[in-house]
Amino acid sequence: MSGERINRFVGTDRRVREDRRFVAGKGNFVADIDLPGMRHVALVACPHAAARIRGIDKRAALKMPGVHYVLDGAELAQATVPLLAGLDTPNVLRRALAHEIARYSGEWVAAVVADTRALAEDAAEAVEVDYEPLPFVTDSEEALKKDAPLVHPAHGSNVLLDKTFVWGDVEKDFVACPHKLKLRVKWARSSTVPIETFGVVSTWDPWREILDVWASIQLPRYPEQIAAALKLPHTAVCVHFDVDVGGSYGVKRGIKHTVVSGYLARRLGFPVRLIEDRLENMRAGDAHGPERLFDVEVAFDDNGVVRSMKLQALENVGAYAGRSPFQLGKPIGSIVGPYKIGSVEYRALCVVSNKAVQEAVRGFGQGPTNLALERAMDEIANTLGLDRLEVRRRNLIRANEFPYRIPSGTEYDSGDYETVIAKVLADTDYEGLKNERDKLRAEGKLAGIGIAACLEPSGGNATFEALLNPKITTSTFVDSCRVHIDGTGAITATMHTTSSGQGHETLVGTVVGEVLQVDPERVRVTRPDSLNSLPSGTPVGSRMAIMLGGAAFHAAQKLKDKLTAIGAHDLGIARERAVYDRGSVYDRDAPQNKRDWADLVTIAHRNYHRMPPGMEPGLATSHIYQVPTGGTLPTPDGRVQMYPCFSFEFHLLLLTLDPELGTPRILRYRVGHDCGTQINPKIVRGMTMGGIAHGIGAALYEEFAYNEEGQMVAQSFMDYLLPSSHEVPDIKIIDHETPSPHTVLGQKGTGESGYLGAPAAIANAVNDALKPLGISLNTLPLKASKLADMIAEARAKSKR
Amino acid sequence: MKAAPFAYTRAADVEEACALLAADESARVIAGGQTLVPMMAMRLARPTHLIDINRIAALSYVREQAGGVAIGATTRQCAVERDTLVKKRLPLLACTMPFIGHAATRARGTIGGSLAHADPAAELLLIAVTLDAVMTYRASGSDGEIAAHDFFTGLMTTSLPAGACLTAVRFPVWHGESRLGVGFHEVNARRSDFAFVAAAAQVALDESGKAKRIAIGVGAATEVPLRLATAEQQLTGGTLEEAKVAEALRDALAGHEMLSDLHASAEYRRRAAVTLAARAVADAKAQALGSKAHAH
Amino acid sequence: MRIKLTVNGETHALDLEERTTLLDCLRDHLKLKGAHAGCEHGVCGACTVLFDGAAVRSCLMFAPQAEGSAITTIEGVTPGPGELSPIQDAFCETHGMQCGYCTPAMILVAHALLADNPAPTRAEIVDAISGNICRCTGYAQIIEAIALAAERMRGANRPAERS
Repeated sequence: MSGERINRFVGTDRRVREDRRFVAGKGNFVADIDLPGMRHVALVACPHAAARIRGIDKRAALKMPGVHYVLDGAELAQATVPLLAGLDTPNVLRRALAHEIARYSGEWVAAVVADTRALAEDAAEAVEVDYEPLPFVTDSEEALKKDAPLVHPAHGSNVLLDKTFVWGDVEKDFVACPHKLKLRVKWARSSTVPIETFGVVSTWDPWREILDVWASIQLPRYPEQIAAALKLPHTAVCVHFDVDVGGSYGVKRGIKHTVVSGYLARRLGFPVRLIEDRLENMRAGDAHGPERLFDVEVAFDDNGVVRSMKLQALENVGAYAGRSPFQLGKPIGSIVGPYKIGSVEYRALCVVSNKAVQEAVRGFGQGPTNLALERAMDEIANTLGLDRLEVRRRNLIRANEFPYRIPSGTEYDSGDYETVIAKVLADTDYEGLKNERDKLRAEGKLAGIGIAACLEPSGGNATFEALLNPKITTSTFVDSCRVHIDGTGAITATMHTTSSGQGHETLVGTVVGEVLQVDPERVRVTRPDSLNSLPSGTPVGSRMAIMLGGAAFHAAQKLKDKLTAIGAHDLGIARERAVYDRGSVYDRDAPQNKRDWADLVTIAHRNYHRMPPGMEPGLATSHIYQVPTGGTLPTPDGRVQMYPCFSFEFHLLLLTLDPELGTPRILRYRVGHDCGTQINPKIVRGMTMGGIAHGIGAALYEEFAYNEEGQMVAQSFMDYLLPSSHEVPDIKIIDHETPSPHTVLGQKGTGESGYLGAPAAIANAVNDALKPLGISLNTLPLKASKLADMIAEARAKSKR
Repeated sequence: MKAAPFAYTRAADVEEACALLAADESARVIAGGQTLVPMMAMRLARPTHLIDINRIAALSYVREQAGGVAIGATTRQCAVERDTLVKKRLPLLACTMPFIGHAATRARGTIGGSLAHADPAAELLLIAVTLDAVMTYRASGSDGEIAAHDFFTGLMTTSLPAGACLTAVRFPVWHGESRLGVGFHEVNARRSDFAFVAAAAQVALDESGKAKRIAIGVGAATEVPLRLATAEQQLTGGTLEEAKVAEALRDALAGHEMLSDLHASAEYRRRAAVTLAARAVADAKAQALGSKAHAH
Repeated sequence: MRIKLTVNGETHALDLEERTTLLDCLRDHLKLKGAHAGCEHGVCGACTVLFDGAAVRSCLMFAPQAEGSAITTIEGVTPGPGELSPIQDAFCETHGMQCGYCTPAMILVAHALLADNPAPTRAEIVDAISGNICRCTGYAQIIEAIALAAERMRGANRPAERS
């Protein structure tokens, strides 16, 4: 299954085949699609944080040039079914356009269709909406209060989820420990904000009764959800997966955009394009990320060994919820991080508020959870006066302790955390780094070292759904691949979802090539549309290397077996004597007797008389791959095997802060990264670098801030600050490979790497830098001006 | 984010531009467009008529004039960045140019456009005020001049008369100074963002190393750039010793109300103004003495 | 309004609304889809084209303003169907992209940089691309692509000098 093979193609420095079209500007992004007769949508947005919609006057808008239609929430609600929710909350209804009540500033209340986007925007300004502003709440803790305005009165409260899990004897362990520590950690609302906004083009063919959809999408069960909302049979929806998605990192889930576009396409009889502009995207694209408040309490001994942990996570999902509350559940599968914490109490609390809607973001809740854990580890060390790396070492799971079962039921597959750390320290001497920091401090500078040791659960088993919603009984999250060798001997392999830069075509080509022992460049990889696809869980949960890789491997393996059987039969030898070698089959005992690729293809496709009796002709196989270790549902006390594989990252950085201005500067950044077998090193490295950049943004610059009036203040890229090349330092990644025993090539996932650990490492560095001033800060983002204010206050205090 | 509709005319000369401005009070001049176009895309600005002055050759120049250096209003920021006369005669302007936006915005953005737009965070405003620049304009039939300290009157507001078109800005040159130094510092969340606070200083020292003449300005902290005249008076004749500089700066800034927003509190701006102005003065002094104090 | 634009060496007569940005004109009227809309307010740089050789944001220019200048898009620096320029090839070699959305803009910025400065330092490359946001790569492999392209272009067609 893994480890001992010597790979020809896997792990080599191959080019990513998708890059060819991107460097020429020949990607197939949704905005590149021009259909004859296509018209454009602009949205009408509610300006209030909460309001009753008393009436919508479309008359002026409809009179304007080029305008075809104005759709409102009432009409859409009549014709469609509310959007899918993850939790069992039947009274929290979510619709593509606000119906009767708008619940956040920016929420779309009407959609205008016109000949051009510009004309649609002109007309959108002319739509008159009569609003009655309502009381609203934006803060998470305020939303919990008894007298808080209710975002969904029919639900009876603002709480969508309040579930507590206890794994192990937490109270006993707390009593037994001499030390306890409480910490409040806040991850402010930010998101991964791709440079391409969400867009969708739909067109309805009434003769074939098919709704064709092209979208910049990354969403499991997308065609299903479109069909359900629009009350169409599932096979009346055809989603084209060959659209290139311009970045997603989880958030491109535009089901509401698609319902608007799809409904209009059917209603009006021409293709309808809805592409969010940046303002629509930021304010109401429903692509915000976690806004999580943690209360962590840890119990530990004099050596800093943590026995038990209590963790409360309060998440503010905004005005509606799709799958976003599940981001409280996924971290359960690695709730103790890389540490041997014996018992855990976990309370998952989810509230709605009058803010834009949250969506799945890279890591699905893991990044914020790692922040809470790693801040706690640092503070444990500080409390005891111990070195922060040493405290972690005392808690880390050892290499010989795998597979390791954590209190919440998941078994970690493999890992060698100490070796990864050792490799980083061999590159960058830790004592030397401390000396460098101390020297900077002696020069009057604020300097800190940041450390984080984090896991990346990968493989994407969605059993967290069943943990948080007992009505869900899904115990699998598959992917699939078909491989076909045609009558000319050419190889085609299929994948059944969109990609947003992960190099999946290269992944499939490499894996199929590896199994069939042919140059991956000979493998054509295609993306059939949803009507011609096998099931795919889509690129979520850091799963594709494992799952699509696994499916491709098994499909190719079946084909290799078939070729070998055909060769054996035609050579007149027993199956055990036949050896497959780079597309040929030869007799082990008489190697000069062989059948080449062309022979085998001819037999399979045309010379049926030479085939093994009863064997299906042709050379086509497919495989639908189940999640390794999956297939179980949670126990009554909430234990379950979640993700199959666990990658590891160790961040070590040196940072300075300007004491007057608060501005940060990262002087050195090293990351040790272990994602098992790397199928394509260029892709893996890029993922980690990009993840760290996301993490830098979340840690230092990015926030979807709301003011007292419930208005979002960072509405454009002028105020929502994405890291440029100046903000990302020169990072060195040091690799290690501890293969997974569960996957076909030993590969683990890497789609979230860097992002899962960087915010924690940076927060720890900033806290280390501010420690001499007695400042501790646990709220992201760590904005320079805020840091400077705190530094000034601390200095003023010490003078008095 | 498509702009509201407008008529478009490419003005052949300044007179035509002024005539068109006078004819329609919702008409606006467009030069580089790097600040106007985003506002139009967000429909915060909705001119009914755009008068393109980019091709008026007579408005694009850098030359010596009346003892200073005059820069035409439509001169590209990248041209000023590379200009040898500016490097020689206006070292403070030269050292500030790389901080303005990005290379791609400097390729189109103009000196006049930035000044006329009057965003408090714009570096050019600060330099204009610090160096006592003079703005010249044309309005139908008449020309006029406005000194920088009278030009910027409020948040994104200038005293340009209605229907007037800014034609040039003239920066005085400190002639005959053998020991001249300049300094510029700003703080922002990311390099090249709008600054939260900026500070500029120009210093001329006499042979004994004392400050003969000094100009200090602070920008982005208040609605219009500040010239710290009282600090300048206090520090002239002295050796610009750190503690004295900081004290003078604190006193000079004391009476002013600082801006407060999503990015920085008023207290932050006040403290940062002192820090940055002190660094700018220190840089200017070091340069005048022959070496550099603070790296950016 | 009727205008004439010269794009990638060809002059086109166009009839469009004055408010059409150069970006929308290139994409919708000339069907050159390589320049991308990321923010439409001049921050992300995904719309970058070369304007008389200089990298500019095409979302910040109205199409009529572009008359009389030479506009170059990614299509204009691609040597031929299926052929990659040295810069494009270098980006493929280092995998200086993931989703590809910011890539044409980055490549054009690289063109402008290397035309002006054939031997940029890492810091100069970082500065040159600082007006273009990438959300996928964290910039490392983009910087390496430009450095590689510079190195290869310096060494090209000069058999006598080995650099």
